[in-house]
Amino acid sequence: MASEPARADTFPKLLMRNARAYAGRPAYRHKDLGIWQVWTWAQVLDEVRAFSVGLRELGLERDDKVAIVGSNRPRLYWAMCAAQALGAVPVPIYADSVAEEMAYILEHAEVTIAVVEDQEQVDKLLSIADRLPRLSFVLYDEPRGLRDYDHQRLRWIADVQKLGRDSLAADAQGLQRWEAAVAAGRGEDLAVMLYTSGTTGRPKGVMLTFDNLVISAVNGNKFDSLGPDEEVVAYLPLAWVGDHVFSYAQPFTAGFCVNCPESPETVSEDRREIGTTYAFAPPRIYENLITLTMVRMEDAGRLKRNMFHYFIAVARRWGEKILNREKVPLHGRFLYWLGERLVYGPLKNRLGVSRIRLAYTAGEAIGPEIFRFWRSLGVNLKQLYGQTEASVYITAQPDGEIYADTVGKPNIGVDIKVAENGEVLFKSPGVFAGYYKDPQKTAETKTRDGWVHTGDAGFIDTKTGHLKIIDRAKDVGRLNDGSLLAPKYIENKLKFYPNIREAVVYGDKRDFVCAMLNIDLTAVGNWAERNNIVYGSYQELAGHPRVYDMLAEHVEEVNRSLAEEEAMAGARIRRFLILHKELDADDGEVTRTQKVRRGFVAERYAPLITALYSGAREADISTEVTFEDGRKGMLSARIKIRDVRTVPVQAMEKAA
Amino acid sequence: MRAPSGQDIVAGDVLLAVENVSLAFGGIKAVSGVSFDIRKGEIRAIIGPNGAGKTSLLNVINGFYHPQQGRIIFKGKPRSAMRPYEAALGGIARTFQNVALFKGMTALDNIMAGRTLKMRRGFFWQLLRVGPALAEEIEQRHRVEEIIDFLKIQHVRKIQVGKLPYGLQKRVELGRALAMEPDLLLPDEPMAGMNLEEKEDMCRFILDVNAHYGTTIALIEHDMGVVMDLSERVLVLDHGIKIADGSPAAVQADQAVIDAYLGLSH
Repeated sequence: MASEPARADTFPKLLMRNARAYAGRPAYRHKDLGIWQVWTWAQVLDEVRAFSVGLRELGLERDDKVAIVGSNRPRLYWAMCAAQALGAVPVPIYADSVAEEMAYILEHAEVTIAVVEDQEQVDKLLSIADRLPRLSFVLYDEPRGLRDYDHQRLRWIADVQKLGRDSLAADAQGLQRWEAAVAAGRGEDLAVMLYTSGTTGRPKGVMLTFDNLVISAVNGNKFDSLGPDEEVVAYLPLAWVGDHVFSYAQPFTAGFCVNCPESPETVSEDRREIGTTYAFAPPRIYENLITLTMVRMEDAGRLKRNMFHYFIAVARRWGEKILNREKVPLHGRFLYWLGERLVYGPLKNRLGVSRIRLAYTAGEAIGPEIFRFWRSLGVNLKQLYGQTEASVYITAQPDGEIYADTVGKPNIGVDIKVAENGEVLFKSPGVFAGYYKDPQKTAETKTRDGWVHTGDAGFIDTKTGHLKIIDRAKDVGRLNDGSLLAPKYIENKLKFYPNIREAVVYGDKRDFVCAMLNIDLTAVGNWAERNNIVYGSYQELAGHPRVYDMLAEHVEEVNRSLAEEEAMAGARIRRFLILHKELDADDGEVTRTQKVRRGFVAERYAPLITALYSGAREADISTEVTFEDGRKGMLSARIKIRDVRTVPVQAMEKAA
Repeated sequence: MRAPSGQDIVAGDVLLAVENVSLAFGGIKAVSGVSFDIRKGEIRAIIGPNGAGKTSLLNVINGFYHPQQGRIIFKGKPRSAMRPYEAALGGIARTFQNVALFKGMTALDNIMAGRTLKMRRGFFWQLLRVGPALAEEIEQRHRVEEIIDFLKIQHVRKIQVGKLPYGLQKRVELGRALAMEPDLLLPDEPMAGMNLEEKEDMCRFILDVNAHYGTTIALIEHDMGVVMDLSERVLVLDHGIKIADGSPAAVQADQAVIDAYLGLSH
């Protein structure tokens, strides 16, 4: 294996290698019309080759850019490889981007061909096509509804593949020419451009080379001993570096199978059917699954509920120790064994993680409770810290060294250091080539000797040698009395409550700390149902006095836990409110990867911030909202503000 | 998936004509002397305020009621009194104002039920599930899966419809009607009780069904706004009498229609 990556240094070359080495093994599965369709590596080579030659027939050339828009479908992954085989560069774009965002990227990246999923995306592209003179063709995967469209610049992928097959059949040299094009690709060539949604400003096109991705993926495979037997379910956005590595670079280098779900709504069902062994998800998904389970258990019969709670307590006590191979007394092992049969096994089966060998969480801090819960069930959940600019991997937790509050040790080939201002820097084979057409930003991020600024503040934990991330470097602030404020640290504590979906904390250069919260409709809605609270809308539920009471308790608990930490004790929350709408990516309030844009939210809800700090009991707010189809509307509300006890430190000390 | 029986009728031809139909329940005249036609391939709307006789008219078309007066010409032939299943065999499918699904069955089974008329094997063959019966089941299931894919309800395939939100139940019901591969689809207030987003989805599906399967659709609606974007021709009823028939714009400007709608607190 060690010499293979040296020869096969691009994805098309890896595909040809896999078609030889793993010819009859499954490479892609896609559930279609209720049945899992399978393609072996040899079949994928055939499909990609036909697609690639078809693209050449449409005029695609070396260094051209190909946009990929849609959900995780085999043909969209193949489009990436088909483009790369010709030396063209795929540019995946978030499928839920509105037309305006898409137009910016298509124009900036100089895209000539767009490969999209369905009518919805075709409509979006056609609506902006007249502004994009370079865009010559739009290819689609799902023909429904498109039959009567003008096909001057529109092609069905199957027709493009047929074009490719016909060309190969007609031209005796065709195959050789294509293979020569693949062989001409080099490791240092540009492999992909991933536009990061970024918390500020226009998206930046991160350029990654084949070397970046292939070497990082091979190192990642080695770090976690991933081989050709893994099964992943591809369900995260194609435009996100995580998906690009976990569902494209790693399967190509290790030779394992990528499973594409039937539809975005069926992912959990599909995961259960496949029995994924290697999984990746942002903390939100692990949280949602637990929330959903807890909510369902509340509705279950008494016997089941009691059994669940009893064995979950057993798991909390012994599960993690057993997973970490620590010493556990015999009765603990027995109870856990019983629990596995009665509760954990069926639950894991329900959640589709029965066969899981390795699950990663990254992107945001995960609640320690949530993290331990999964591990106590026997799921090897680990944390990872990465970035688009690093081809994902910076640090990860090695097996057996798992802590809820660290992000692990540097991956193979990665060096890290912490600057004086607390910012984390790294250097690795995965370090990006630069931002497309933006040498200034590139120079700001990447030093001349190859260190990359992550923009995150953190420190190396002396006890474990692991890296800990506390917040974005620029977000760490101070209150007027000088106390340290790491907003995200507090927000995460708040968000660990199932009832709180999102939290935004303010306090930098202020006298005290305030928070704006979003309720979680699933959790709070279910609670309302059980308590006979009637509500007509999200807004009404969010403003309900009893919901306020419940969240006030959560905030007080957070204050109590903050008071216990010396460095954070000054940043206890004094006042909070519950927002009348969910923070939404379409309104620019969170990024496409669901990170809150704190500054933008502060501007947008300025009257609320003013009211929080003026001592007012309530405030009026009127905001513009964007619907999914791009139309806008106004949403107005009167929002109540609550004071909370900050639990005096002295009292705590006395009690202790 | 276009029904073969539709091929002998050229698009734009009259698929169904209602001639001077009257229907009364005892002394109450639900429909009196209404005439109109539905052309092959169009989306036709029948609107009117509450109690205008829309559903009664629809029940006449699909054979549930037999009119005391007038006649119905379907695919060029005058139709005698028939039962609803005969209308179904003839290529007419409908959905109901209040969802009428088998609540305890899954979405999949409900839609499979819509294929009953297409099944050739009898009850005992189906019970055995071997040989030709199995092959038929697989073939029918494939058709049903195409509909599930078309309506984007894969995620509720195996969920009991009683547990589904209303908007999705409506979609499953549309799926069951589509499973019959009808020439004429009659949705009775397909948007009733839906929120804006569900309404928009349903509009989209109705347009897609018309475009993709070429199904002729005559839908009943009570909400004028919805109809205007969907249909080419609109028939307006009030108190069982036809008060207007024409393009959405023409109908909207018609004084009789305005009066009928404004006369009711709406």
